Amino acid sequence: MAEYVRGTSLATAPSGYCPGCMHSLATKLVAEVLDELGQAENSLNVISVGCSALNLLYWGQDYVSVAHGRAPAAATGAKRANPERLVFTYQGDGDLAAIGLAEIMSAANRGENFTVIFANNQTYGMTGGQMAPTTLIGQKTTTTVYGRDPATTGYPFKMCELIASLEAPAFVARYALNSPKGVNDARKAIKKAFEMQLAGKGFTFVELLTNCPTNWKMSPLQTIDYMNTNTIPYFKPGVYKDKEAEA
Amino acid sequence: MGKKSFMKGNEAIAEAAVRGGCRFFAGYPITPQNEIPEYLSWRLPEVGGSFVQGESEIASVNMVYGASAMGIRCLTSSSGPGISLKAEGISYLAGAQLPAVIINVSRGGPGLGSIQPAQSDYLQATKALGHGGFHTLVFAPNTVQEAVDTVYEAWEYAERDRNPVFILLDGCLGNIMEEVELPEMKEIKPEDAPEWSLSRRNGRDYQNGITSIYTEPLLEGLNAMAGEMYKQWEEDDVKVEEFMVDDAEYVVVAYGIASRVSKEAVMKLREKGIKIGLIRPITLYPFPKASIRNLDYSKVKGIIDIEMTIPAQMRDDIELQVMGRCPVYEYGRSGGCLLDDDGVYEAIEEIITGGAD
Ligand SMILES: Cc1ncc(C[n+]2csc(CCOP(=O)(O)OP(=O)(O)O)c2C)c(N)n1
Repeated sequence: MAEYVRGTSLATAPSGYCPGCMHSLATKLVAEVLDELGQAENSLNVISVGCSALNLLYWGQDYVSVAHGRAPAAATGAKRANPERLVFTYQGDGDLAAIGLAEIMSAANRGENFTVIFANNQTYGMTGGQMAPTTLIGQKTTTTVYGRDPATTGYPFKMCELIASLEAPAFVARYALNSPKGVNDARKAIKKAFEMQLAGKGFTFVELLTNCPTNWKMSPLQTIDYMNTNTIPYFKPGVYKDKEAEA
Repeated sequence: MGKKSFMKGNEAIAEAAVRGGCRFFAGYPITPQNEIPEYLSWRLPEVGGSFVQGESEIASVNMVYGASAMGIRCLTSSSGPGISLKAEGISYLAGAQLPAVIINVSRGGPGLGSIQPAQSDYLQATKALGHGGFHTLVFAPNTVQEAVDTVYEAWEYAERDRNPVFILLDGCLGNIMEEVELPEMKEIKPEDAPEWSLSRRNGRDYQNGITSIYTEPLLEGLNAMAGEMYKQWEEDDVKVEEFMVDDAEYVVVAYGIASRVSKEAVMKLREKGIKIGLIRPITLYPFPKASIRNLDYSKVKGIIDIEMTIPAQMRDDIELQVMGRCPVYEYGRSGGCLLDDDGVYEAIEEIITGGAD
């Protein structure tokens, strides 16, 4: 019988994420993988600004909380100062694909040897559901009340595709957390990314398609359907780059 | 004692940083400080350190934030526009209680301004390096040797206080070549990493976190602690040079490069029998209040604030200590136009003979 335990990377505080929010699932996956790899204590969580900053309360291992969008820069400094540590950032889509676009692209392009966990919920959750760079066309937010119009706001950024187009990154993958298969694939991708980092292979990037029941104004179950019909067709899951497989 | 070498300011302070234990630098090119990153790009790897040319000043200061959290000595440098971009990051360093050293080799402003030397960032350095109401120690050396010594010791203050240290130079000091004696290399071992840091090289076996976001009562408490620290600086850390002020009827106040030009003028005016002296703030924050407050105002007829910027920015700090007991005058050049001996001499003479206000 399989045992279901809280990862030792997590503190014992109860989760304060909204009911049905996949940030807690994503955080748990990261914690489980760290435990599995025996890397909990050696890990360093570079906590970004957004709902994921709640991990200040839930993270049971070393962390550094940094300015909005700058996690890849701070992780660059941290990893270079202490290369033996397993360093990862955990960033939302506003953090990573809007204000922090220069930092993520440049860290990826330098091939910095850390891992980025990118939780893409297609909205600015923390500030109350404004349009994010990843908001889908037609999606209603508090700053696109009639739905996102590409004529004035452009199109959602496909970060995996952008990062995979660079020479340096070692592993780039995207999975959706709205199905058991997606969760299993995501766990494997996170594990692979961490293992590659530990082997010194360079920049690794795992995008997790997540939800935001509160700001999407849906029940958690509705978000799962919405992701199947809207999110996944635009942000296609899969491995975008794998230098290990290429080799 | 060490031997003397003839070095450019920017390169000398870069070497002083390495010898002071700095093992991480991130920065973005901007004149007139480019020789600092250029020098460190090859020098830091030689001593097992790391150099990153960041994609911006914003990224660079955040790289320093990450590296400092790991308990190593870090530096970033820039000039005017780049320091503005670092503002958020410097505030985060202060908020997260992370030591780091930040150097501004300043130039003319505002805006893109001029790449030529100016002292136009006094207010930014001393009053508001970023949001949220914090301070850093601000040092303003006036020779390459003093800049070297200041940089070399800067991390001792930064680590003592767990707060960034700011060094305000200007393009003249960064680019001038002078004789310097470089200090010995400080040996800092990985196991010396502070216990608050995220390094585990020091044998720490418990969880640590670094953050600048706190619950409200905790933040208020930290604000109060910072306030106490700033008060303590006033007691312990004020540095000032007083030159011929005992019998002075006129006192020039000038820092950095302006103090060197002013000193020449003061000596020349003394030769002419004019009772004039110089107060040179070496720390701009904490400001050497007592030196100005405790002048003998039965003798002093006027204070002359000389800065390489227009309008003068230190004037409010001076006036707060003079408290109306004598007039305060100012003279400056700005925009990258340099102060020169004749200009300063003549300006002071004009002020003394009542020709200016
Ligand atoms: C410089 C700066 N600008 C704006 C903010 C306000 N802010 C906090 S969280 C956030 C958006 C976060 O959205 P995202 O990264 O998508 O994460 P989510 O909350 O959706 O998980 C913003 C804009 C900030 N903290 N700092």
